[in-house]
Amino acid sequence: MERLVFLLIAVPLLGGILQAVMPGARARHGVIWFTCGLTILLAHAVLVMTLGEAPIRLNAGLALFERQGLLPAEIALIALIGFYGIRYRNPLAVVLAGLQALLLIGQQQAGHPEPLEQPLLLDGLAVMMVMIIGVVGGGIGIHAIGYMQEHREHHPEGPDRRASFFFVVFLFLSAMFGLVLADSLPLLLLFWEITTLCSFLLIGFERTPEAMKNAFKALNLNLIGGFGIGLAILHQSINHGTPTLSSIASGAAPAALLAAALIAIAGLAKSAQFPFSSWLLGAMVAPTPVSALLHSSTMVKAGVYVIIRCAPVFHLTPAGFILSLIGAITFLLTSTIAATQSNAKRVLAYSTIANLGLIVTCAGIGSHQAVWAAMLLIIFHAVAKALLFLSVGTVEHKLGSRDIEDMNGLIVCNPRLALAMLIGAAGMFLAPFGMLISKWAAIEALIQANPILPIIIAFGSAPTLFFWTKWMGKLLACRPQACPAIRVCSLSEQAALGLLAALTIGICAIFPMVSSHLIEPYLALHFSGEILISRGNLITMFIMLALIGLLPFSLVYRSRAERMVTPYLCGANLGDTGHFTGSADSVQPVYLKNYYLHSLLDEATLFRLGLIASGTLMLVMFAAVGW
Amino acid sequence: MSGWLSAILYILLAPVAGGLIAGIDRKLTARMQRRIGPPIFQPFYDLFKLIDKENVIVNLYQNLYLTGFLVFNIVAGTLFFAGGDLLLVIFALALSGIFLVLGAASATSPYSHIGAERELIQMMACEPMLLIAAMGLYLLPHSFQVRDILAVDKPLFLYLPGILFGLLYILTIKLRKSPFDLSTSHHAHQEIVKGITTEFSGPALAVVELAHWYETILILGMIYLFFAWNPWVAVPATIGLYLAEILVDNTNARLTWRWTVTSSWLIAAVAGAGNLIVLFYFLKAGF
Amino acid sequence: MSMFKRSPWMVHYDGASCNGCDIEVLACLTPRYDVERFGVINTGNPKHADVLLITGYINEQSQPVVRQIYQQMPDPKVVIAIGICATSGGIFSECYNTKGGVDSTIPVDVYVPGCAARPESIIDGVVKGLAVLETKRAAWRIERKKRNRVFRLPFFKPKASPP
Ligand code: SF4
Repeated sequence: MERLVFLLIAVPLLGGILQAVMPGARARHGVIWFTCGLTILLAHAVLVMTLGEAPIRLNAGLALFERQGLLPAEIALIALIGFYGIRYRNPLAVVLAGLQALLLIGQQQAGHPEPLEQPLLLDGLAVMMVMIIGVVGGGIGIHAIGYMQEHREHHPEGPDRRASFFFVVFLFLSAMFGLVLADSLPLLLLFWEITTLCSFLLIGFERTPEAMKNAFKALNLNLIGGFGIGLAILHQSINHGTPTLSSIASGAAPAALLAAALIAIAGLAKSAQFPFSSWLLGAMVAPTPVSALLHSSTMVKAGVYVIIRCAPVFHLTPAGFILSLIGAITFLLTSTIAATQSNAKRVLAYSTIANLGLIVTCAGIGSHQAVWAAMLLIIFHAVAKALLFLSVGTVEHKLGSRDIEDMNGLIVCNPRLALAMLIGAAGMFLAPFGMLISKWAAIEALIQANPILPIIIAFGSAPTLFFWTKWMGKLLACRPQACPAIRVCSLSEQAALGLLAALTIGICAIFPMVSSHLIEPYLALHFSGEILISRGNLITMFIMLALIGLLPFSLVYRSRAERMVTPYLCGANLGDTGHFTGSADSVQPVYLKNYYLHSLLDEATLFRLGLIASGTLMLVMFAAVGW
Repeated sequence: MSGWLSAILYILLAPVAGGLIAGIDRKLTARMQRRIGPPIFQPFYDLFKLIDKENVIVNLYQNLYLTGFLVFNIVAGTLFFAGGDLLLVIFALALSGIFLVLGAASATSPYSHIGAERELIQMMACEPMLLIAAMGLYLLPHSFQVRDILAVDKPLFLYLPGILFGLLYILTIKLRKSPFDLSTSHHAHQEIVKGITTEFSGPALAVVELAHWYETILILGMIYLFFAWNPWVAVPATIGLYLAEILVDNTNARLTWRWTVTSSWLIAAVAGAGNLIVLFYFLKAGF
Repeated sequence: MSMFKRSPWMVHYDGASCNGCDIEVLACLTPRYDVERFGVINTGNPKHADVLLITGYINEQSQPVVRQIYQQMPDPKVVIAIGICATSGGIFSECYNTKGGVDSTIPVDVYVPGCAARPESIIDGVVKGLAVLETKRAAWRIERKKRNRVFRLPFFKPKASPP
């Protein structure tokens, strides 16, 4: 086991280094394929080895690292951030790096409690995250091969920095594995900051002024959030000796609650909740696999992951309720804003923030079922959102646009790609699919605790319905105009999309197993209660899933006795679907645009509202901790 | 067991009852406009005629979605009458609505496209209130199961007046009645030609009609839940409230989508959510 | 039993009339005449309609429109020409742009003369049209059966009818 976990962390890192030194594109791609495949396998191996086992504490070589290498690594990290801050003239980053250094000195001064012999903890939640990072991360890595190839063709100027791109991606994967396995807080903080740095480097990949600006925004906000963990370490090591996540989760109320609230701040920043949301939107300038990997399925999940770790402390506390409220408000406002967006990546970004908000809401309640819902949300969201991001990235290369309006009739032009996107979208909000199961459980869990939260969720889920369906409608529209010529997808992109699409559907089918083997054992250790989704309801869900699967067969009966005509255009058609006679016999193309409700909703206003509301709530949360 | 029986009865009888209600509705509407109006069985005549007609399509796939629309409407209703989970009923209903929207969107005609968008806006307007209503019904029996809600031995409408009002408000949208018949309209009304149904003809349109009848019965069932503690009150109350909907239909002009969304959200937030919060804390305090 | 008789839905198109006949068509819907008694609904959408009412004559501009609307209506369908203009061009028959009555463009089943045609005669014309609808339905069903005998795979495109 020790060795397996060590490999899990080491393989991506080694793969990253290896591909960087490889000469030639073919060899490099081979290494990437291999590393991604191996990572997926290793994650599965971890899953299989731990099924049915009690949580294990591990060393995996990291105890030595924590004793000897942690401080130098932290210093190097701070120096690197300071260096980038100076080089790109971003004073705030320099100041934050300075503060980070001060905090580090503070931690040293506060005395160094003896580090753990076994700083890693492998339990159900960790395994779940490892699976997500391994499988989705591996899939995205594979997709990135083809994507970056084409990206390079689109942007031939400047040096080819693909090797360093993949190095950072693999470094990130390693750090992410470390993050979800670490129980020792200093170790976790180190991995945390490494992911922040990777995110910074990848957002700034293009090196354009806009990319650098957004990269620094992400860096700074996450550094600010990182202080939360730093302070929690300080607080814990002063009061309780060795700072670990598990000691906080099982700690007694006031002291543990303060530490948990501090960690929650870090989590909110990483998960781009209000008031930190703006960095995630800026992060969309990064190449799409980065958005898929860091900004939807893994790194932002680290934020909600630590909050879920602390969830037992939040249970039935005012601070926990306010944390939930921040999540709920984020969910409501961002899904409403998403309804006004036509840029596919922005829609996905907002919807990501919204779903993370839902997870935070559940985690803040901290009851058995709420955390169950939160964990399922993490799984379903990671898979479906990664699929959506990747397919949007591929479509963007094919169509030269990431605007949803331009995806009109994609089902005609590129059915496979459209199908991938449709499966992703259906997985995000439709009835028998994953996200809805968890949303349903979330509503059931929340109404038991408090009426205000589920009401906000009810309002927030309505715009979700709106923007996903209109997007799907655009994809499914039988295009009135002829298709633009579309290049075929590369093998790596097809493989990744296929894998994720199969996962999106597959997980819906096996989620009772996921729940009983992975999630329930974890929950049983920390919470009391039972899951309310009954067998009858599960059966209904499966019937619905089967019905959807059967639908296409109704075409057999439908296609009889049909006559194809042109759509109704007041009789002014020009004999095809795409044109009609305008005034003075002019030829007018039919152009159908979706509604974006701009006259009702304004992005900037809603965003400001979120900042003010959540900022206030955060202050109230700390007041509530004291109270 | 009785749940399954009523579910089967629903599948078999809902079209009959729904069609009859539609016929009475048309007759009453005509009388309110001082017309004689069509025979009560008119909706059935229409339905059979539509089935008999040619199925004219704009593309091959548009009718596929209609099957989904009908099937999931029936699933939602069956689940409801079998005593299933109310949240799941609402989700299935939303799913069926989404199928209709996708069908219309795939047809790429401006009229059905606008109809589809408006239908979505209407769904967006309804969704919060429907969920809040489910939560309100949850509070007394502590269960989302319809059969548990039916078993509550208290007049729910007295506990949930705000939620009942809010629900009635948005049911006007679901029933496609004025002032909210934005996406498509009934009887001889027209709005953006026929809105979401513009490109469906013959048997396809019959499917839409049939699904609507199923939906009507489901909606009446939802209203019934509020009075379910005593059937002697519940049946007249449900009928009365439906008649009120017809009256509203005939005395109101159509509203814009902006009004539809803002007003129904406001009512959901004030009447629905207010009612829910007050009731929650009253029950918690032990009343 | 066919339900066409009990539920004729109509779509009304104004070719190029003086609006006199249009007003009379709409008058049929008013409480005074109330054609909904007979199950008639003014759908305003050719794809839902069984009966095409055309008022006014056909000219250069309206000809393609009439053709398309007729073609977009599902079978079986009847066409009723309302007013003397729709029947033969009427007082406009000498105009520079006239193509003639409706039958210059699409086959007409019932002619309702009058200038303007009275609501009573329009209703009468529709009732006459229903008898035609019945016979057309019978013919169309035979044709449909023939068409369906060839089993088609679902993803096969049915032939689009010529514009
Ligand atoms: S028949 Fe007479 S009333 Fe009718 S359109 Fe022609 S001119 Fe006008």
